[in-house]
Amino acid sequence: MLEIRNLHAKIADTDTEIIRGLNLTVKAGEVAAIMGPNGSGKSTLSYILSGREDYEVTEGDILYNGESILEMDASERAASGIFLAFQYPVEIPGVATMQFLKVAMNEQRKYRGEDELTTPEFMRRVKEAAADLRIAPEMLRRPLNVGFSGGEKKRAEILQMGLLEPKLCVLDETDSGLDIDALKIVSDGVNALRSPDRAFLVITHYQRLLEHIVPDTVHVLYKGQVIKTGDKTLAMELEANGYADIIGAAA
Amino acid sequence: MNIATPILTPIKLTAAETALVDAFTRQVGELPGDGMVLVARDNALDGIKTEGLPTRRVESWHYTDLRALLRAIPADTNAPFIEQRPGLVSNAFVLPVLNGKPDVKTSIDGVTIGSFRDRLMSDDHAHIEPRGSDDAIGRINTSFVRDGLVIDIADGTTLERPLELQLSQSAGQSHMRFAVSFGAQTKGTVIERHSSLSDDASLVSSVSDVVVGDGADILWIIFQAQGPVDTHLAQMNFKLGANAKLTLYVINTGGKLVRQEVHGVTVGEGSDFQMRGINLLGGDTHTDVTFTLGHDVPNTTSTEIIRNVIFDRARGVFQGQIRVAPDAQKTDARMACNTLLMSDDADFSAKPELEIFADDVQCGHGATVIDINATHLYYLMARGIPENKARGLLINAFVAEIVEELDDEQLVEALEDVISAWLDKHA
Repeated sequence: MLEIRNLHAKIADTDTEIIRGLNLTVKAGEVAAIMGPNGSGKSTLSYILSGREDYEVTEGDILYNGESILEMDASERAASGIFLAFQYPVEIPGVATMQFLKVAMNEQRKYRGEDELTTPEFMRRVKEAAADLRIAPEMLRRPLNVGFSGGEKKRAEILQMGLLEPKLCVLDETDSGLDIDALKIVSDGVNALRSPDRAFLVITHYQRLLEHIVPDTVHVLYKGQVIKTGDKTLAMELEANGYADIIGAAA
Repeated sequence: MNIATPILTPIKLTAAETALVDAFTRQVGELPGDGMVLVARDNALDGIKTEGLPTRRVESWHYTDLRALLRAIPADTNAPFIEQRPGLVSNAFVLPVLNGKPDVKTSIDGVTIGSFRDRLMSDDHAHIEPRGSDDAIGRINTSFVRDGLVIDIADGTTLERPLELQLSQSAGQSHMRFAVSFGAQTKGTVIERHSSLSDDASLVSSVSDVVVGDGADILWIIFQAQGPVDTHLAQMNFKLGANAKLTLYVINTGGKLVRQEVHGVTVGEGSDFQMRGINLLGGDTHTDVTFTLGHDVPNTTSTEIIRNVIFDRARGVFQGQIRVAPDAQKTDARMACNTLLMSDDADFSAKPELEIFADDVQCGHGATVIDINATHLYYLMARGIPENKARGLLINAFVAEIVEELDDEQLVEALEDVISAWLDKHA
């Protein structure tokens, strides 16, 4: 589903290279965890996948279902099924949450040549998904993410993910800022979406999240490269021994 | 007449000025009011006749050269009949003033309503004098004012429904005046809604004199949606009593040549004035919001936030003047004017002025031309919303944010609909 080949990327208009020859393959149905110390390029990778313009790919390619996505803008990537759950969801005063959800769902459907949702159908879907994530209706009446607590913002991201039904879900430190109850709700939300035709890229610092969202593969990112790949036991090993051994072995 | 101010060279009147003088000559016999009123009218018109309409050399008109911009005056013939419309919000109590003629039949508990014409005809001396020699709106209105409303809200009254002054126009001229007095501890919402209901040109002058009594809490919304060929000259004068709060929204979405003046003064300690402005400007139009506020007593506060979105060749102006009197200590006054320019030919002039004569005060102002926030744009696009649509949402949000401060959900919804409809048409 996702194939990243020898990817090099830098911050636009600078010489600061963040991703330095990254290779990664994620198959449909797979949950791949990306772990790594601070500054290894984890969040940058998620931004590049989503099409953020602050980064420039200088070499290599990103193939999604066999096609390069480098020429697609953020909205086209999203509409074709790539979803990024943000580490820091953006507050947008003046944009109503419900209006945002409706426009996003319908614009994606339009892109794929599907009919727009009727208002009752839209309302039904939001109501159901919100109830599963224990999102109160009052929250949905507020402007997008405005005044949401950290946990509410993360739940709102998972709500969007559920409603937009993406094929490739990138979760950027979704566990940060969550207490144990919120972590459970969010993880359940993610697990409910696991399916044979959907892949997840779970970016995290800690093994904690991976106890709830159990990965098929674990990749260690360091200085913009994947330096080690393993199964879920690799995450436990990291939790016990830290990154030093692996970094030392790779160097 | 104006002996005290010698006129060195008599000015040559423009077509519009001549039309005003001629209209006055035709109408003077039928304009309501006693001798005192007539003297005020005569003086006001004489000001126009001898000095002309203000040009950019008059400081308060520097960005709106009325003499150059006001090219013609629509005929003062009878305008085609129009009907009352539903209120902006469905629960509004509508007081229609159609083509300048009020319908005074309605009554609400605690509210006394009369026509301004009756006041002009009565022995009570109706206040209609212009504010000063640069008050062109006052001069035009004083010369021609025929009617309007006199509204008194008794002490302690809470208006259960918003009061909508529905000021609709089909063509020709309307010169209206509104004297509105909110008693002590009153609460309520007034919607001053100006709209054009035809494609014909009209000229409107509308002056409101508003007194907000001690401890009153009033929301006043000026919503101007004249047509693309209309001239709209409006002025609101207000006085704020002790611990009174006035929240004023000024929303401009139409008109060819628009000047909305707001002049306020705090007369009681502990009063608070909040102004929010939204200018949605497009086409080849000129819109000016000019605001002055005198903090005349200690311990008063004010905040003004103006948001402008400008398309095409439209021009906008915001002048904001805050004066703090020498003994008005502990004044806290803030003013901000933010503009989104949507075309290379769009233009906005912002002129903040602070005149502070007290030493223990907080005053600030800022004027910015801004662009769409790149992070907001990215976030929306990352959810599959195409760039142009995402921009549209954010332009809308830039002004909707101001509306969302209101507590009344019906009103928020109605104004958001107004904004979206306007942007759908222009963006």
